[in-house]
Amino acid sequence: MKLDDTLLPFLYMLAAMGFILAIKWMNSPATARRGVIVGEIGMILAVAGTLLRFEVVNYQWILVAFVLGTAAGIPIAYMMPMTAVPQRTAFSHACGALASALIGTAEYYKGVNQGTGLSGTVMTALVVETLLGFLTFTASLMAFGKLQEVLPQRPITYKGQNFVNLGIFAAAAGIGLTLIVAPERAVLFPVFAVMALLFGVLLIIPIGGADMPTVIALLNSYAGLSAAAMGFVLNNKMLIVAGALDGSSGFILAIIMCRAMNRSFSNVLFGAFGQLQTTVAASEARPYRSATAEEAASILDAARTVVVIPGYGMAVAQAQHKLREMFDMLGKRGVNVEFAIHPVAGRMPGHMNVLLAEADVPYDKLREMDDINPEMPNADVALIIGANDVVNPAAETDPKSPIAGMPIIQAYKARTVMVIKRSMNPGFAGIDNDLYYMPNTIMLFGDAKAFIASIVKELAAVGHAA
Amino acid sequence: MLAAFLGFQLIRGVSPLLHTPLMSLTNAISAIAVVGAILITGEKDASALSRILGFSAVFLAVLNAVSGYLITDRMLKMFKRREPEKK
Repeated sequence: MKLDDTLLPFLYMLAAMGFILAIKWMNSPATARRGVIVGEIGMILAVAGTLLRFEVVNYQWILVAFVLGTAAGIPIAYMMPMTAVPQRTAFSHACGALASALIGTAEYYKGVNQGTGLSGTVMTALVVETLLGFLTFTASLMAFGKLQEVLPQRPITYKGQNFVNLGIFAAAAGIGLTLIVAPERAVLFPVFAVMALLFGVLLIIPIGGADMPTVIALLNSYAGLSAAAMGFVLNNKMLIVAGALDGSSGFILAIIMCRAMNRSFSNVLFGAFGQLQTTVAASEARPYRSATAEEAASILDAARTVVVIPGYGMAVAQAQHKLREMFDMLGKRGVNVEFAIHPVAGRMPGHMNVLLAEADVPYDKLREMDDINPEMPNADVALIIGANDVVNPAAETDPKSPIAGMPIIQAYKARTVMVIKRSMNPGFAGIDNDLYYMPNTIMLFGDAKAFIASIVKELAAVGHAA
Repeated sequence: MLAAFLGFQLIRGVSPLLHTPLMSLTNAISAIAVVGAILITGEKDASALSRILGFSAVFLAVLNAVSGYLITDRMLKMFKRREPEKK
């Protein structure tokens, strides 16, 4: 049919261009929504083009799957609270990876049964596709479990863990190689799949919640690479382009996250923070100051510049809306309030930005770490909400600290530091924070949302009195 | 290869402000795997196995595409300046 020869490559090319533009327009919030639309158009073109292909004759199952997928997808998109975005992303990685692994499996059995078309190149791509697909599937499910707190967030470690993991990975890779050389040995394929699935689980078990941003980015990359490999299997350039875009984007995000923590990939994947807790527990019970909401409100009221540093704690407490009320009230009194966002704050890249945007904080008030640090000495108050390690001065001063060298937001340089926190317990990484014991630090104990609410109330009361 | 290089250049330009929507967008884009799934499922003489696998894959990919695009858009709607110049 003529259609396939000319129209289809053209449609695919348009789709690929749509995806590239979509990502390009993510540069700025002003054009980003246009990007989403272009991406959607690209996808519709590609799907329509594929449906028109002459090999495709069996529509009823495709249609059913489309309807079911859409029916399930829409509620997920609209019901999901913004704090659950990391979970959804992990879940979505799992779906995407499983889809690509299943397609790889189907392709494999098709090739074996027909005894055709499993050359070395195709088989290599197939093995990569299914390996990454299956391992990303279980790894993402594990990440989802940890983020949803179905599974313990603490890293789970045991002796010889890395050895076991590497062994399983080597076994999977070995079987994969055998399959590349001798694709007809179909018995090996299920074993290969199980190995990949198992490796995915074991990979995530030792990783703690604080490292989730990196892991999610990395899984994003794997899912994309798996799709790109599928493009090689099917000899479909558009799939390669889309997969490669996804893969490289995830990879870059992972690198950015690692750099923001001054850790290497291998460190995140193989060196859990877990074992450090014991050394820290001894050095507690130092003096600190605490204050009430009333005192905190009057300090904030008297300040000229306030820098808010949010962390995962803000997300847990759902404090972003109350925070915005506080932001508005202080803004009316001429207090300049800005938000300093550390790249790894929260549980996925950009997590804090989305939450604050949800609460209607204008995005030009959200500042990046490198941007705000030079201004910290001029800030009257640094208000830390549910963040810990990202403001820990030990990263700069103590070379023995597990987070040594990690870039931090220099909250300690502000004239007054206020920390909203539930208790004096160390944060997620289990590292004590010297910031809490500094003379200009005031601890505000309580649930972040409740505490900010009472600050707002106090501010309102002061306002009436004045 | 070229796409990967292009991808690198493109992502560099995305500000950290939008990393979360970016990730959900790339997620949706990777759901283009649906194309491969359609080819498997829709083939004339597809075996029962590939039809089942392909069916699940179409379902998962469409789920990803739909929820990915919608949630990205929902997130982006929330990013606005103080005085909304445009809706």
